[in-house]
Amino acid sequence: MEEELARVDADQVLKLEGVSVWLGGRQVLRDVSFAIREGEMTGLIGSNGAGKTTIFRVILGLQRASAGRIWIRPGARSGPDPAIGYVPQTVVLDPDMPLRARDVVGLGLDGHRIGIPFPSRQRRRLIDEMIEAVDASSFADKRVGRLSGGEQRRILIAHALISRPQLLLLDEPLINLDIRSEHEVVELLSRIAREQRIAVLISAHDMNPLLPVMDRIVYVAAGRAASGTTEEVVQPEVLSRLYGRQVDVIRLRDRVLVISGSDDTSAADHEHAHATADPGLV
Amino acid sequence: MLMRPPIQAWSEVGDLMGSIFGPGLFQSSPVQVALIVGTVVAVVSGVVGVFTVVRGQSFSGHALADLGTAGGSGAFLLGVSQLWGFVVIAAVAAGTIDLIGPGRARSRDLATGIVLGAGLGLAALFLYLDTTSSNTSGASMTILFGSIFTIDGGLVPIILGLGVVSLGTVLILYRMLLFSSLSSDMAVARAVPVRLVGIGYLVSLALAVSLSAMTIGAVLSTALLIGPAACALRLTKHPGLALLLAALIGVAVTWVSIVLAYDSFYWPPGGRGWPVSFFVVALIFTLYLLLQLPARRWASKWASRSAIIDARPAGP
Repeated sequence: MEEELARVDADQVLKLEGVSVWLGGRQVLRDVSFAIREGEMTGLIGSNGAGKTTIFRVILGLQRASAGRIWIRPGARSGPDPAIGYVPQTVVLDPDMPLRARDVVGLGLDGHRIGIPFPSRQRRRLIDEMIEAVDASSFADKRVGRLSGGEQRRILIAHALISRPQLLLLDEPLINLDIRSEHEVVELLSRIAREQRIAVLISAHDMNPLLPVMDRIVYVAAGRAASGTTEEVVQPEVLSRLYGRQVDVIRLRDRVLVISGSDDTSAADHEHAHATADPGLV
Repeated sequence: MLMRPPIQAWSEVGDLMGSIFGPGLFQSSPVQVALIVGTVVAVVSGVVGVFTVVRGQSFSGHALADLGTAGGSGAFLLGVSQLWGFVVIAAVAAGTIDLIGPGRARSRDLATGIVLGAGLGLAALFLYLDTTSSNTSGASMTILFGSIFTIDGGLVPIILGLGVVSLGTVLILYRMLLFSSLSSDMAVARAVPVRLVGIGYLVSLALAVSLSAMTIGAVLSTALLIGPAACALRLTKHPGLALLLAALIGVAVTWVSIVLAYDSFYWPPGGRGWPVSFFVVALIFTLYLLLQLPARRWASKWASRSAIIDARPAGP
């Protein structure tokens, strides 16, 4: 399967080619192709129900693709130390669950092994370092179910990172966060991606918080995807083709608004938006 | 200071124990069997129970326990030990539940409910046949509410063996169980065989419930499964410590209950001991209530110091 791929660059960690998924008679992904590279942050942008979570599930092998090819750099998935870090969109944590934040990070290290973990100085040091790296030392010994949304998100990121993955998948990590936590999480991820040369794929329904740090964008709409730099993809023509109808892109200072017209009568609006779009402001 | 010879001191302790617990308690062979079996069952139930609570599978645990009634009464009809009835039916039920409703909690609960209904229907038939064939309600009482003092001493090695299998399975799967309880998707991403781990856990649960059905009865065995675990989770936030505490609480409750039941021979109405199951359930319930009340008061008083409340056993 892997050798059928046309070409894979040396710095590519993940590549999807023509991936389609049918679920219950409905096509949720249509011919999705993109690649992500090490040390880069790629934003997977699209509204709810566009197919973002399905893309994650296909990459993780939780969902079979009906067509197309998925290539993951050898060593990033198989072997004794599977190296894909994954933070799902919703992790429902019971407040009384007997797991401290540091236990969750520890499960990222050896949660796939059998037996009871014996406390060792090295294990503790690794966990402490990771907790330090996500600025979670102050609440490392609290029950994970009693942490705030932003604190839990940081712990889950530490959990995903401690196994030294080459590929980090984050499904809507900014959802339900206040603006301050949102900013902190984005900064943290961007720093880690660059320092540790990890390929980060991060999904969001709003691209704006990610604009300052995103190297590439994969824009998903109605199961189709367009990928490239933000300047290339966030254009009215590209997005209109994706949505299959007229879409306007409005840039306000350093923010981008994508407005989808409700019908096809907005041709004039389209021309207008196209004329005023300025890629340099992205 | 004059030291007394240790032997004399021991016999004094023995006399003292005798006067407190009723004469001959620890010499009685049924009591010895009860203490051994009770300890094994309490340890296994406590440890497995922590995962039952953490995984939110209390309903599965309860269903497997109730279903034991069908196994126990069926075994009585066939004239074999109830233990085998409990084990066989729990294993079959656990397998069926897993087959019908893997994955999401709601479909799992639905599958559990359907299997439970079918099993209880069978139990109704078997219990009816039991009572009509033996002309006594003793069988029903034993199966439903247990009778730890009438356990055949020959079963002790088998009970020990099954206990070791159940306990060993959850300890081997310890990390994977915690991981898949945290998030099965995250566990799958790290190549944890979540389905297999779930089945292994259900086998442990089925065994634990069968064993405790022997001591406190099919209907009440969830009390020993969920109760000590729920109490332990109030006391500690450390997963390993929770297992240890649940086992200790279960053992303590079982021992005190056996002693009280033995002693209750002299209580009103007199001439008949009260059932051990009653004491087990009453003690666990009381302990759980005691742990609830102060924790709530403390929590509101020192809301900002939750870490300290977490680290300290709640109590007066």
